Amino acid sequence: MSFTTLSLTLLFVFIPLILSKTLHLGLEKDTIIATLRSIIQLLAVGYILKFIFESDSLLYILLMIVLMVVAATLNARKKGANIKGITWKVAITLITVEIIVQSILLGFEIVPATAQYIIPISGMAIGNSMVLAILFLNRFQGELDSHKDETELILSLGGTPKQAIHHQLITAIKASMIPTIESQKTIGLVQLPGMMSGQIIAGADPVQAVQFQLMVLFMLLTSAAVSSSILGFLSYPTLFNDRMQMLKEKF
Amino acid sequence: MNTIYQPAIHFHNIDYEIDGHKILQQITGSFPTGYITTLVGPSGAGKTTLLKLCNGLISPTAGEIYINDKPINTIDPVLLRRHVGIALQSAPMIKGTVYTNLSLPKKLQGISLSREEAISFLEDVGLDQSFLDQDAMDLSGGQRQRVSIARTLVNKSDILLLDEITSALDQNSVKEVENLIVKINKKYNVTIIWITHNLEQAIHIGHYTWVMMDGRVIETGESTFLKLPTKELVRQFVQGGLA
Ligand SMILES: Nc1ncnc2c1ncn2[C@@H]1O[C@H](COP(=O)(O)OP(=O)(O)OP(=O)(O)O)[C@@H](O)[C@H]1O
Ligand SMILES: [Mg+2]
Repeated sequence: MSFTTLSLTLLFVFIPLILSKTLHLGLEKDTIIATLRSIIQLLAVGYILKFIFESDSLLYILLMIVLMVVAATLNARKKGANIKGITWKVAITLITVEIIVQSILLGFEIVPATAQYIIPISGMAIGNSMVLAILFLNRFQGELDSHKDETELILSLGGTPKQAIHHQLITAIKASMIPTIESQKTIGLVQLPGMMSGQIIAGADPVQAVQFQLMVLFMLLTSAAVSSSILGFLSYPTLFNDRMQMLKEKF
Repeated sequence: MNTIYQPAIHFHNIDYEIDGHKILQQITGSFPTGYITTLVGPSGAGKTTLLKLCNGLISPTAGEIYINDKPINTIDPVLLRRHVGIALQSAPMIKGTVYTNLSLPKKLQGISLSREEAISFLEDVGLDQSFLDQDAMDLSGGQRQRVSIARTLVNKSDILLLDEITSALDQNSVKEVENLIVKINKKYNVTIIWITHNLEQAIHIGHYTWVMMDGRVIETGESTFLKLPTKELVRQFVQGGLA
């Protein structure tokens, strides 16, 4: 696609702008900001990726991954302001997911160890892990709030913090994983996954594209399970003190 | 108090604050081993807060609490809470059946409670065995309160903290629960601290009574002092309370 053709696609931006104006949705400003940001961010990423692919230096690949982890951490930690050391906990979670994913993919030589594979896959793994972290933290806080009495009850009967929070922790881990699992059940029936569509449009063999998509789906299952479990088990101890008391401000 | 006794729990200059609000102030006193002490006072006086201090659900901002002469902070929280059992005011239930709830204290220790044992705890609080498999969420307020008491008894604690455990019960059930607690107190020499809004109950069940108001203990003594209070504040409270 040339940039001239790309600029024609801006028609897709004008339609919502006009609708927003006529229906008084008040979304013009946000639409324009969103458009500009996506143009700038994606073009920047495109050129950076091009540069990294051409240099094929391990250092740049690592740098790129670090950047992704930092950006994802800063984004996800907002939901866990309540949890002490949340920044590090989210970062450790994302890094663990990345290490597991790459160890399997590169370790078994499922994909070649080149920037062209490592970076997009890292992006998907870390991005998914970030979304899962946010889902988990949201749900966990909700569970804590709504089951405060049960937590106190279990402590009062001589249960440990882990026992007192077990139900809420498991519910939150489970709830955050369900969208990932559910979306895979219907995948391909209605909507083709974005990555696969992209490959097919770019001219790849559909079966080849499906194989890669399946790999990504399986990887996302690991990413989901590992993310919420690690984050869950790192988070819950900060809700109690060493006398096994609920910290008032956390519940 | 004129009897010589061993304190099961002793408070020394206890303060408790939340966000700068003084909830309890300068509380000093003992709960004698093997006796029932009733705790009365207007809503918001700090009774529940005082009870939660006793089994370490919260810690005082200042002062020292001793359990059988041991500073509370030196006792492992899990052992402390099994030794000092509490029936919480809200009688919370965990998801599941009545049996799930009754076996909870044992389950937390990795042991199971047999159905026979569970039934005998239920019968103690005047519920028959048909309740065992009922969903705990479907219980009435009074049934819930009784299951909560039974569940607290499962740990066979030496000290029992009871927070308004008969507030949702009918006359007959109140008598049943009172008799049960008195029996446990006599038979096993269990020390009991019982919060109640029912002053008659406080007098006839209690050996001793504490009157609390605005985060302070304003009078203590043998429970009969409530019949003829000498302090003006206590008199006002008793008259308001009996009315
Ligand atoms: N977690 C908390 N956060 C803020 N304030 C609290 C908290 N727990 C108790 N308080 C306040 O402390 C005071 C004493 O509460 P407490 O529950 O001990 O009273 P109470 O004597 O048991 O009352 P009631 O008879 O209504 O049960 C109240 O003013 C209450 O609002
Ligand atoms: Mg209370």
